[in-house]
Amino acid sequence: MIKDNSEYLISRDSNTYEVVIGLEVHAQVTSKSKLFSSSSTTFGAEPNTQVSLVDAAFPGMLPVINEFCVKQAIKTGIGLKAQINKRSVFDRKNYFYADLPQGYQISQFKYPIVGEGTVILDMPNGQKEVGIERLHLEQDAGKSIHDMDPQNTLVDLNRSGVALMEIVSKPDLRTPDEVSTYIKKLRSIMRYLGTCDGNMQEGSLRADVNVSVRIKGSEKLGTRCEIKNVNSIKFMQMAINYEANRQVDLIEEGKTINQETRLFDIKKNETRSMRSKEDAHDYRYFPDPDLLPLEVTDDFIKKLKADIPELPDDKKKRFIDKFKLSPYEATILVSDIDISKYFEEIIANSDIKLATNWITGELFAVLNDKNLEISDSPISAKNLSKLINLIKDGTISGKIAKTIFELMMDGDKDPQKIVEEKGLKQESDPKAIEALIDKVITDNPEKVKEYKSGKEKLFGFFVGQAMKVSSGKANPQLINDMLKKKL
Amino acid sequence: MSEVTTLSLTDLVQNIKEKKLSSLEVTKGFIDRSEKSKILNTYITEDFSSALEKAKSFDNKPNFDLKLPGIPIAVKDLFCTNGVKTTAGSKILNNFIPTYESTVTKNIWNEGAILLGKLNCDEFAMGSSNETSFFGNVQNPIDKNLVPGGSSGGSAAAIAGNLTPITIGTDTGGSIRQPASFTGTVGLKPTYGSCSRYGIVAFASSLDQAGPISKNVKDCALLQEIISTYDAKDSTSIEFKRKSYSKELTNNIKGKKIGIPKEYRVDGMPKEIEELWTKGIEYVKNCGAQIVDISLPHTNYALPAYYIVAPAEASSNLARYDGVKYGFRSKGENLIDMYEKTRSEGFGSEVQRRIMIGTYVLSSGYYDAYYLKAQKVRKLIKNDFDYAYKKVDAILTPSTPSSAFKIGEKTNDPVSMYLNDIFTVPVNLAGLPAISIPAGLDAKGYPLGLQIIGKAFDEQNILNIAYAMEEKIAFKNKITDWWIK
Repeated sequence: MIKDNSEYLISRDSNTYEVVIGLEVHAQVTSKSKLFSSSSTTFGAEPNTQVSLVDAAFPGMLPVINEFCVKQAIKTGIGLKAQINKRSVFDRKNYFYADLPQGYQISQFKYPIVGEGTVILDMPNGQKEVGIERLHLEQDAGKSIHDMDPQNTLVDLNRSGVALMEIVSKPDLRTPDEVSTYIKKLRSIMRYLGTCDGNMQEGSLRADVNVSVRIKGSEKLGTRCEIKNVNSIKFMQMAINYEANRQVDLIEEGKTINQETRLFDIKKNETRSMRSKEDAHDYRYFPDPDLLPLEVTDDFIKKLKADIPELPDDKKKRFIDKFKLSPYEATILVSDIDISKYFEEIIANSDIKLATNWITGELFAVLNDKNLEISDSPISAKNLSKLINLIKDGTISGKIAKTIFELMMDGDKDPQKIVEEKGLKQESDPKAIEALIDKVITDNPEKVKEYKSGKEKLFGFFVGQAMKVSSGKANPQLINDMLKKKL
Repeated sequence: MSEVTTLSLTDLVQNIKEKKLSSLEVTKGFIDRSEKSKILNTYITEDFSSALEKAKSFDNKPNFDLKLPGIPIAVKDLFCTNGVKTTAGSKILNNFIPTYESTVTKNIWNEGAILLGKLNCDEFAMGSSNETSFFGNVQNPIDKNLVPGGSSGGSAAAIAGNLTPITIGTDTGGSIRQPASFTGTVGLKPTYGSCSRYGIVAFASSLDQAGPISKNVKDCALLQEIISTYDAKDSTSIEFKRKSYSKELTNNIKGKKIGIPKEYRVDGMPKEIEELWTKGIEYVKNCGAQIVDISLPHTNYALPAYYIVAPAEASSNLARYDGVKYGFRSKGENLIDMYEKTRSEGFGSEVQRRIMIGTYVLSSGYYDAYYLKAQKVRKLIKNDFDYAYKKVDAILTPSTPSSAFKIGEKTNDPVSMYLNDIFTVPVNLAGLPAISIPAGLDAKGYPLGLQIIGKAFDEQNILNIAYAMEEKIAFKNKITDWWIK
């Protein structure tokens, strides 16, 4: 079914279908307080402990916009190379639910704060541009808990009023891999900007996935279905795969696809109809009369622009141009702000090539193995930098370095100290090396004879023996040089 | 000393400052009279014992630098008052006790005033006769079985009946000015953004404003300068230079240009309203002001536009009363059932009617035809005023198209009830300040009011005009105390 990484096509008999995907990503704004109140946004607090009178919609309570959240949204817009709208309007989206205290969500409908932009994806077969339709600010709802009490639904309003950015892509995505790369890239940009922590487990990043299919080559978009509130990349990919095949099957059977909202059941790995277009809510959007239109000046935007750090695309270009990294290495090292920081901290004092290899090699292997983020790395950048410097100045060999690396993981130990404590310093004294080699030659007269009679492959044997005698501490370069002379 | 209740606020303040009266004497006076006036049904919640305590403690440690030293005041039950039940005249908030204070009431307590109680009003301020209140209708002290107007009916009746020296109401489409007109009292609807809406139970956010209802213009000016403050907690609050309205009050309005809009001569307007208006024009002229004929061409569309915008906002503002968090809750089989039962039992029929109208006009497919069009009309109405104000300093109109009507007279005819707001509604749509002052009596001896509409933030000017006219009119309210045996 999947031809290669770049193409995701679904074939049935004579027809081949292309899948068209658009995402509405809900990203929680990194902010100490909520969008329209001063309540805290800390994750994991006791239920209903971070709720103000405004969040609980008490009579006479009024929303007041949190300027910091506005700045965060604009920064994100800049990161998406998007149009920043100097005038935007907050609307009320009206519907009843127990965890929606106001009976409406304050959102931006007609006039979002951010307009069209672009995200660049690094795919195995090259770069791909994904269009951003818009970004708007809105309030999150509370949480209904149905399984804690047999009689009642319980409501936790800690999330009620937390600021979200809804980032709507154009229907430019074509494969589950692109979706994965897109989400990761969005997450990476927002983490660089500090506007969203991108933590999917805590619900800081979730998406509604719009899926439609069409005969490959057709220009016309098919009828789409929206899969609501998917909170992991893996589930998004599974949901797309299921949904695209379901739609293709319907078309092949001569049936029509109903535009509808669907849910993804992770246990059954299938999507299920939630409500059809006919049953869709009439949200009765209208401008919130409690809030004036949001107006920002050119100067305000300019100041925010000046605050934007180097973003992944630019950083990658710099890493390639300045540090001569391969595009592949650069992509990995800029993929997350913490990785790039770790890398840049090391190369401030250490060899770039060695740093690249050690981070993408040994360190990533350990992090993957232990399922850790780089921010929780058992080895700090400072100590890995020291280790690399010990290799570079010949104090230790690469092989010994790997041993030391293992030891460093126990409490982020200083490699210098390990070298001293364990006496792992590389032997580079020519006299000591000579003595070592003399011993190897004396101990293996038969092998020497064979070597001298033309069996040059045995050179490696002598190197190995010399290393063994030195317990791995001898400088391999010196051993090589001296062995050649002596033999 | 029962006659304290007949004194104006200004006189009471003076007497207390000169230690001729204590706060306790004044507070007792109003409480005693209120106790005798239960028939009027002005109060929803009395806070008398607490008021007496506060009066005593004021007298023990008086601060005469305050503007309302130990003055007892009852307020409309739309203002959230910390620790005192706040119902908005509705069953759905029958058990609601706020843990916070509205900015407007906080402002008056900060000046030394003492809460007497919470005054009756139409449910969620939706009504023009105080008959939609869950707590029953209010009797107009002017005559038995007469409505006091609405929605601030309890407030206007309490002033006219001398149950509080001054009060605050709210005005969304005329809810201060119309009852003031019906009770022979003074009522000011300030410029939108002048008084904070924080802590006021919302009806229609883009129209709601708090304002004073008083015995005379000077008292009104004094309270207005106290309640009008910029408030960061209300995003629609406006920062502008607020004057000391009572200090700067003057009856010198010589040379002021007063506009008379021809569109306010509506069909079927009673002759006595017409005559009142003509008399008003003479008073203004006698004060040395100049009369200018003006046109406000879109006036006819104000009432329909209002009855789209206000219910639309209300339908959304009242969504929070769902039985989940506070207030009345009915038992239901499930969430939807609970919502339906709570809201159909908790809201009265007028509120339900407006929620339905509002929901309808915001529905997809109708939004453009109703809500959007109404907003455009609103803009045109504002433009009318802007244009007129290039030529005039203020505008004089009748406050209402009739005097107070009998209880029950219009309850089955919502449209005729809505027509009561015909002269007051354009002002709210344009966000302007306007004051109603008593200007005469009709054949039945019921008071009639005149309305002076000002430019935005020009409260001082309309207060001055009202002050000058008040002097010339020398209106005397006929309160016979018919309800006190």
